[in-house]
Amino acid sequence: MGSRSSHAAVIPDVDSIRRETGFSQASLVRLHHRFQALDRNKKGYLSRMDLQQIGALAVNPLGDRIIESFFPNGSQRVDFPGFVRVLAHFRPVEDEDTDQDPKKPEPLNSRRNKLHYAFQLYDLDRDGKISRHEMLQVLRLMVGVQVTEEQLENIADRTVQEADEDGDGAVSFLEFTKSLEKMDVEQKMSIRILK
Amino acid sequence: MLRAALSLLALPLAGAAEQPTQKPESLGEPLPGLELFRWQWHEVEAPYLVALWILVASLAKIVFHLSRKVTSLVPESCLLILLGLVLGGIVLAVAKKAEYQLEPGTFFLFLLPPIVLDSGYFMPSRLFFDNLGAILTYAVVGTLWNAFTTGAALWGLQQAGLVAPRVQAGLLDFLLFGSLISAVDPVAVLAVFEEVHVNETLFIIVFGESLLNDAVTVVLYKVCNSFVEMGSANVQATDYLKGVASLFVVSLGGAAVGLVFAFLLALTTRFTKRVRIIEPLLVFLLAYAAYLTAEMASLSAILAVTMCGLGCKKYVEANISHKSRTTVKYTMKTLASCAETVIFMLLGISAVDSSKWAWDSGLVLGTLIFILFFRALGVVLQTWVLNQFRLVPLDKIDQVVMSYGGLRGAVAFALVILLDRTKVPAKDYFVATTIVVVFFTVIVQGLTIKPLVKWLKVKRSEHHKPTLNQELHEHTFDHILAAVEDVVGHHGYHYWRDRWEQFDKKYLSQLLMRRSAYRIRDQIWDVYYRLNIRDAISFVDQGGHVLSSTGLTLPSMPSRNSMAETSVTNLLRESGSGACLDLQVIDTVRSGRDREDAVMHHLLCGGLYKPRRRYKASCSRHFISEDAQERQDKEVFQQNMKRRLESFKSTKHNICFTKSKPRPRKTGRRKKDGVANAEATNGKPRDLGFQDTAAVILTVESEEEEEDSDSSETEKEDDEGIIFVARATSEVLQEGKVSGSLEVCPSPRIIPPSPTCAEKELPWKSGQGDLAVYVSSETTKIVPVDMQTGWNQSMSSLESLASPPCNQAPTLTCLPPHPRGAEEPQAPLYPPSDPHPSFAFPPSLAKAGRSHSESSADLPQQQELQPLMGHKDHTHLSPGTNSHWCIQFNRGSRL
Repeated sequence: MGSRSSHAAVIPDVDSIRRETGFSQASLVRLHHRFQALDRNKKGYLSRMDLQQIGALAVNPLGDRIIESFFPNGSQRVDFPGFVRVLAHFRPVEDEDTDQDPKKPEPLNSRRNKLHYAFQLYDLDRDGKISRHEMLQVLRLMVGVQVTEEQLENIADRTVQEADEDGDGAVSFLEFTKSLEKMDVEQKMSIRILK
Repeated sequence: MLRAALSLLALPLAGAAEQPTQKPESLGEPLPGLELFRWQWHEVEAPYLVALWILVASLAKIVFHLSRKVTSLVPESCLLILLGLVLGGIVLAVAKKAEYQLEPGTFFLFLLPPIVLDSGYFMPSRLFFDNLGAILTYAVVGTLWNAFTTGAALWGLQQAGLVAPRVQAGLLDFLLFGSLISAVDPVAVLAVFEEVHVNETLFIIVFGESLLNDAVTVVLYKVCNSFVEMGSANVQATDYLKGVASLFVVSLGGAAVGLVFAFLLALTTRFTKRVRIIEPLLVFLLAYAAYLTAEMASLSAILAVTMCGLGCKKYVEANISHKSRTTVKYTMKTLASCAETVIFMLLGISAVDSSKWAWDSGLVLGTLIFILFFRALGVVLQTWVLNQFRLVPLDKIDQVVMSYGGLRGAVAFALVILLDRTKVPAKDYFVATTIVVVFFTVIVQGLTIKPLVKWLKVKRSEHHKPTLNQELHEHTFDHILAAVEDVVGHHGYHYWRDRWEQFDKKYLSQLLMRRSAYRIRDQIWDVYYRLNIRDAISFVDQGGHVLSSTGLTLPSMPSRNSMAETSVTNLLRESGSGACLDLQVIDTVRSGRDREDAVMHHLLCGGLYKPRRRYKASCSRHFISEDAQERQDKEVFQQNMKRRLESFKSTKHNICFTKSKPRPRKTGRRKKDGVANAEATNGKPRDLGFQDTAAVILTVESEEEEEDSDSSETEKEDDEGIIFVARATSEVLQEGKVSGSLEVCPSPRIIPPSPTCAEKELPWKSGQGDLAVYVSSETTKIVPVDMQTGWNQSMSSLESLASPPCNQAPTLTCLPPHPRGAEEPQAPLYPPSDPHPSFAFPPSLAKAGRSHSESSADLPQQQELQPLMGHKDHTHLSPGTNSHWCIQFNRGSRL
């Protein structure tokens, strides 16, 4: 434990990462450890393979999509800042986060960004909308029971309709946000350990 | 009211007094013959009194609730205690001695279990486990802290000379007293907090604490009690160790007993499908057995029942029939409320008996102050520690409510009564103090907590209907968090919950749920199903109004005019027997087209009949507060509908009112869908589509058959028969969508009234063999009462069919003798156009229908169909609505 502060020096650009993600030094050190542990060949970056080897992710219905979210724009590797940037979405919202001066960019763990992270897991083609088809795919992953395809489609229809306000047959991010406005997203999309 | 109740009470009492004197006389005289009138009070005394007490309590409750003002200001528990005081005073005055005490034996063996079972069974498990850490801390550490500080402080008070010397108690006695007075009481907390509606987290923490602290209380009480009985001089160091060890034994043992029984219960209900009637009984018996077993082994019985209820619910609810579910729910609530009422009333009555207690102001005041003070202090200290670990810290206001919500109740009273006066000389003082503390917390704190919560602006619980999106996204979030914890390498709460869910899905659920239930067990699906039902209900209700305006003027459906005249609501009100409705139908004109429609309706109804019954169950399952009595359905539904309409206005409007907007969108979507899903209907699937779909359906059906071939008729009905229906309907919908020239938007709302009657009849008429069962037993009862549901279904079926069904009733009437024969010829009619025939047909029927169509019928009949088809197209307008409907059925079917 005493080696933590010294470890922090090992991480490149600690300060800028901290500023961007809002992670505490201790968290960064901890994440860096984890990063290095995942990086099996000490390449200095993670590939999809590295993440796929995490056993529990394989059984997670959204595992593949979540792994994919670490590799934006089809890149093959993610370095530590990128790794941390994704995880920063799950940093709990703290009081000092809320009353930030408006000039600063919105912190990664804002409600909006948390929602956006979830949204882009649905929106596979990145067109800013969850189409019915995309919804159907998610539902197929999530509804574990033996529901027939038609039933799934009906659910998908219904789900899209429910959120769809402008009648374009797809759920835009705005509509997505609205459908969840009553939910305590800040709480439900945060992990305490990631302070 | 009160007087009436009292006189009721006095009557048997008087009878009891007179009886013994009269009897000998009558015996002495030679009896002329048969005794005309005999007074046998003593033989019925005990149960009679019990029944009377409960009756009095219930009547009192009715009286309290006559005035909403009173109950909104004063918690029911306060009123009951006060009533008990009054009644006790009267009994004391009449009988000259205090009767009807709250006996600890009665309390622990009979009154407490139902309340605890109720709270355990209906505990929101997710919320509970989300806050388990906090709950356990408050329950264990908090209770220990309260007991020791209160006991020690009282002892200090005595040392300081503030307690009268006649209270002979040492440190151990005070600790014993502290242990029994320190525990927050589940009954009191529940009674008060249920009316306060604080936010869920706060509620679950306070309430969970009150349930789980039982283990600590029991241990502390027993340990202290035995120490006191042994005498402080004889207590060895090992005894202290044993005391600590027993804490674990009692709590973990209690929980284990509960879980074992939960497992047994779930497993048992898996095999009850032929004896549905005993399902509720099993739930109660096994839960009670858990309680008694734990009590027998001196483990924490409350913990056992809580865990039993908590653990078994998921599986039991999936296994038992919906009627049993409703029965369990209501019986549990009834018993709990009954027990609670009696407890509070008896508490009041017991307090009157002055022979049992002795007053000491110093002790009473000191206890009150210490209790409040140490509770608050304990809460603040623990919360401070907990907040270091909590994602959402508990703020100051929460802490105030938690401190103030620490109500003491009947458990403390029962425990203090149990003390042995020879060993605890100060028992009488303790009793008096306990009574005062209980009364103070229940009455004063109970009265003031509501204004306090309002004044502090505590976050209230907000009830919003679950939406599919929320449910889906919530699951997504769970998965995301679990995945992120994996990535971060931190095995935290989400990780373990995910693990547990997987384990549960893989092994436990498979083991404990019957296969048919396991297959459809999914939360998203559940929400979807419930939403559909709610929509359907509101839709129907709406439809009643729409009908008169738009329905009549619809140009596309000339044949409808006749039916449109009867408004839906009229029909609903009418709700005579199915037969009566059918009669009307018979009178209507028939035509070839109509006949076809009628057949379709038969099919649909036959299929849909089942789901209708089902739906109620799952609808009521999650709304405890709702009065799901069948008779009240209507009112409740209307309210629901209104709310729902508001929240869903946008969707609704899209679907029902705006013609232009949603339609294009939908067709577009359809197309997409078609691409995505080979099986789905694409642009003009009529010719190919039919064959394909039919084939698919058939295979499914046969699978089902094989699976459950052993099952009884009813079981088939319940669990599988429905399946094809679902598919069928959905297919219909798709068909509709595909065909959709979607001009006539309001049509979904138009409910041809007479068709419903026909449909009512249909279920059994379309009847395959198993349906007949229902006809005999349920038609008369269920159909009329269930009108609303039935209405929905008929509605939906109508919608999907969109054909005017009423006129074809004659065909229907023909059907009963040879349902299959009648339907077969008709079925082919549809095939060319759509896969309908497969709908409601039992496998045999469907097969028959298909083969028919394949072989011969297609061409000639298609011509006949043409007009109808066009007709249909109109009605099929909104796929969205249609899909809702059909889904509902699907679900039902799968159940």
